[in-house]
Amino acid sequence: MENNYLIPYLLLAPFIGGVLVLFINKNKENLIRYFGLAVSLIVFIISLIIYFDFDNADGGFQFLYRFSWIENLNISFYVGVDGLSLLLVLLTTFLTPLTLLSSWSSIDKKVKEFTFFMLMLELGMLGVFVSLDMFLFYIFWEAMLIPMYFIIGIWGGKQRIYASIKFFIYTMFGSLLMLVAIIWLAVYASSSLGYFTTDLVELYKVGPTVPKTIQNYMFLAFAFSFAIKVPLFPLHTWLPDAHVEAPTAGSVILAGVLLKMGTYGLLRFCLPLFPQSSISFAPAISVLAVIGIIYGALVAMVQKDMKKLVAYSSVAHLGFVVLGIFAMNLEAVQGAVIQMINHGLSTGALFILVGVIYERTHTREISEYGGIAKIVPIYAFALLFASLSSVGLPGLNGFIGEFLILLGSFKSTVLNNIWFTVFAASGVIFAAVYLLWMYQRVAFGEVKNPMMNELKDMTKREMLVLLPIFVFIVWIGIYPSTFLKVSEKTVRNILEQVETPHKAELK
Amino acid sequence: MQDSLLIKLAVVILFLPLIGFIVTVFFGKSVKKVYVFENLVLIASFILASILLYGKLNYYIDTDLFSEFEWINLGEVPLLGLISIKLGLMLDNVAAIMIWTVMLISLVVHIFSIDYMKGDIRYNHYFAYLGLFTFSMSGIVLTHNILMMYIFWELVGLSSYLLIGFWFEKKSASDAAKKAFIVNRIGDIGMFIGILLLFITYQTFSFDSIFIQLADGKLPFNSEFWLTATGLLIFCGAIGKSAQFPLHVWLPDAMEGPTPVSALIHAATMVAAGVYLVVRVFGMLTGDALLIIAVFGALSALIPATIALTQNDIKKVLAYSTVSQLGYMIMALGVGAYTFAFFHLITHAFFKACLFLGSGSVIHNMHHEQDITRMGGLRKKMPLTYAAFLISSLAISGVPLTSGFLSKDGILAGTYAFASLTGHWLFPLVGFFVAMLTAFYMFRLIILTFHGEPYDKEKYEHAHESKFAMAMPLVVLSILSIFFWYTPNPIDPGEGWVLSKWIKTPEIFTPVETRYDFMKPDENAAVDHSSAVVYSSSYTEAMHNAHYPAMFLSLIVAGLGILLAFLFYQWKRIDPDKLANKFKPLYNLSYNKWYFDEIYDATFVAGTLMLSKFLGWFDLKVIDGIVDGSAAVTKGFSKFSGMFDNIVVDGLVNFIAILSGFVGLIFRKMQTGKVQTYIVMVIFGLVILLFLFKSF
Repeated sequence: MENNYLIPYLLLAPFIGGVLVLFINKNKENLIRYFGLAVSLIVFIISLIIYFDFDNADGGFQFLYRFSWIENLNISFYVGVDGLSLLLVLLTTFLTPLTLLSSWSSIDKKVKEFTFFMLMLELGMLGVFVSLDMFLFYIFWEAMLIPMYFIIGIWGGKQRIYASIKFFIYTMFGSLLMLVAIIWLAVYASSSLGYFTTDLVELYKVGPTVPKTIQNYMFLAFAFSFAIKVPLFPLHTWLPDAHVEAPTAGSVILAGVLLKMGTYGLLRFCLPLFPQSSISFAPAISVLAVIGIIYGALVAMVQKDMKKLVAYSSVAHLGFVVLGIFAMNLEAVQGAVIQMINHGLSTGALFILVGVIYERTHTREISEYGGIAKIVPIYAFALLFASLSSVGLPGLNGFIGEFLILLGSFKSTVLNNIWFTVFAASGVIFAAVYLLWMYQRVAFGEVKNPMMNELKDMTKREMLVLLPIFVFIVWIGIYPSTFLKVSEKTVRNILEQVETPHKAELK
Repeated sequence: MQDSLLIKLAVVILFLPLIGFIVTVFFGKSVKKVYVFENLVLIASFILASILLYGKLNYYIDTDLFSEFEWINLGEVPLLGLISIKLGLMLDNVAAIMIWTVMLISLVVHIFSIDYMKGDIRYNHYFAYLGLFTFSMSGIVLTHNILMMYIFWELVGLSSYLLIGFWFEKKSASDAAKKAFIVNRIGDIGMFIGILLLFITYQTFSFDSIFIQLADGKLPFNSEFWLTATGLLIFCGAIGKSAQFPLHVWLPDAMEGPTPVSALIHAATMVAAGVYLVVRVFGMLTGDALLIIAVFGALSALIPATIALTQNDIKKVLAYSTVSQLGYMIMALGVGAYTFAFFHLITHAFFKACLFLGSGSVIHNMHHEQDITRMGGLRKKMPLTYAAFLISSLAISGVPLTSGFLSKDGILAGTYAFASLTGHWLFPLVGFFVAMLTAFYMFRLIILTFHGEPYDKEKYEHAHESKFAMAMPLVVLSILSIFFWYTPNPIDPGEGWVLSKWIKTPEIFTPVETRYDFMKPDENAAVDHSSAVVYSSSYTEAMHNAHYPAMFLSLIVAGLGILLAFLFYQWKRIDPDKLANKFKPLYNLSYNKWYFDEIYDATFVAGTLMLSKFLGWFDLKVIDGIVDGSAAVTKGFSKFSGMFDNIVVDGLVNFIAILSGFVGLIFRKMQTGKVQTYIVMVIFGLVILLFLFKSF
């Protein structure tokens, strides 16, 4: 097999860029900023090249690159993308330059370290999405925690130490169970294949042959680790803390990409590796997802801190994604994939907007605001736009994802119960309640806080950060096919992998 | 060739206002006169809509035109085949008439607003939002499928939100905007689930394909019950958008928006979208569904009419009257009087828009006074507004020679005929009673506002007639409220072109056994599910028989209502305050709007808030408490094992160390360095050893 070097380049670019940052004089802050931005843009361009070379008709892994690493154990540096991971790679490379640009003035200490960690974070996230070897995947999965830990811990708010440690330990705790399951699976594979391997493509063949009881344990081990990352109710409480304390860039990446690693993991590993268990656990997990949708929305409603509100809205949105994944049909899973992207865009935009105003007022208390639509109309427009995208207004991206997920879950034969959809759909009402209420209290009414009278509207740089996001919000809302067709074939393959053993069992 | 031209025209009409919106909203700050562009766009849209209507009614009166394109293609799905979601337009007579009405009212409201909104700090944005609304409304009207209708449905909700909250500095305005959006969403969820049910059953969203498959006997979950349920779920959307009981509470609050907006959105067009939706899906509603719809319509006609009797805010009276009239239309649809319902939708759009713009003219010239008890005598100061207001009030009261008489009489006759066929006499009873209430409260409004003596002399002196831009729309709309546009015979709408040619009795596609008896085809008629004639001849007969009794009755009740209003307020023969005191509980019930808001606030709003607060606490203390707790336990355990390590494990090590040290201490004593001592010890040892070995 011919090795394709595009993905190694994709990973090397932020790595080399990050290392080079360390050699720049730390006082040349602007140089560092421009350099970091340039590197992230190069990464974005590489990912675009991959996108344009990608063959939508082929649902399998493409741009494969394999480099034998630990030969005794058949562990290799094995990377590639399919339609699912490609979309998430694009989301990552798209959001990273924007977050760097959004932190231009808000990060004014230790710029060098910040840029370094951001690029390393990008490397870690990309690694997670392109790894086709479970060992490699696990390394990226864990390694990515470290830059995030520092980003929250150094540039975060008052409670940053607590939040960063909580984030780190909570996710780490889940991952360890996954590590055990990975090793177990690889050992099991060595008895059926005759050799030890962590090659995902090979393990896809082994997973479904694992006896049901053991499969259940392994499914749970994987799912637990991913559910923490998603986060699925009731494993979500690390999220609000991490979000509130993280700097804007951290929040955007956290919500935009990190959470998607959980749902990506469910789709990439849980479903195809343990199809029988996935189907039997689908109703239980969907119940948690639906609880998350309503619970997250209700809790968001009473938050006093804007960032916390957005954080809880993530719990609700990701509930939709999980529901879509476990409905296990084409519409729902496609909806879940597009909803992952949507959430990255709209929640990313909301966090950036909260950051923009926080930078000016140093408060996120909703009650401190009021009436700012009059003073900063462009900002108010942008906030409304992002909120409506999050609410799922038709014509914008959120609607497409929710629509496809609800459509799929409604007719899902795996869930086989329309009440999932009915309850999930009612969550849509609450989304309107908490976001419009927040918007009303922030933007409408008379100006009560005299400080608000001196607010400056968005700068050109800030508009430049949001504009690309808004373009995609409208694009997905009006013509989602551009994105749906990238992942369609892959989603079909995954669903086939789930269905085949299930059907055989039924016979 | 030409039909594709017409449908292309419809596409242009749909997107023109969007262009108006985008240009106006983006140049709203920088170009001061950009609102002119928005107005020009609307004039163009109206002209094109007129051409469209003319073309449709003259060349394609019996043909419906379609155009569609693929939006989302999910590709081949196992067992289900190709799933592709198509969007597209449909132009039938109903759509053509409706789009013309929307464009006309939107245009006159635009023109009216030029003066009315003058001096507002967000003047251009106001026009931009009007453009967005017009675009969204056109989408609802022209679509050929229910998904696209839902999309534009929500967009209409957005523009309504923006316009109700246009003066967002006022808390009441932003509250009302939020309330409108959320209450609408509650209805929309039902509609959305109904849409999902349709799609799962028929694999399409298009009305036409759904109807064809339904006629072939395909039902949701193969059950007639689910067909009824689907219809009612979709009707939930109409309950929200057309402000029907029990979700009507948002509409009176929506009067916080600028008055021309109330005329356009919250009286003539958007709130009629719910009725339009029911018109669109009429062919799939079972008899059971229709009956329930009729009940909701009747309640929505009755309750708000009783509230309107005692309100003093000119716009609130009109708002409740709107809910009541929409209830009429919904009830008419429920009892099968489809053509009259749509007819009333159109006539109501004109006279209600006229009433709202008239009230806008009054409010504008009275320096934002809205309380009718503080007006009076304005007839002399504003003769033109008065005339327009009077004509529209006559129309809404159903006085002959007006458009309202034609359509309302038709609805009343419809309920009468329905009752004579099915025995549900409550519907005509409600219908006639509400007609009386309507005439009463409208004339109460007119007398208090325009007749009698002025309440506030100073304001009265400053009041004057509106200028051309505000007066012209009133003239246009009041002329449209006169009968001759619709029929040559002022007492029989059936002879008019609107009802005999333009609006046809709809086709019904539901299984025959689920229909009302009178909607079943006659025994001798050819049994063909997709045939156009669906009402039995008994219905035609009943309708014919109902015509004159209904007309006389409606004349009597309207006259009675007007007479009572004059007795109360003009001639002051009866003192309304005394009467109010006598029937205090009833008066309070009406004055306080049946306490709907209070009840909802105390139950749903407070309940949700309490639940949210509890869950917020639960999340922080319990769920996160468990996380922090387990961290604390781990920490405690670490501390303990730390202590264990320190005291026991390390203690043991230290103990051994100390012990060996102690032993060493003892043994050190022996290491004296003196050879003599060592020799003594060696000898001593040897003796012991020898002694030991010997004994074995």
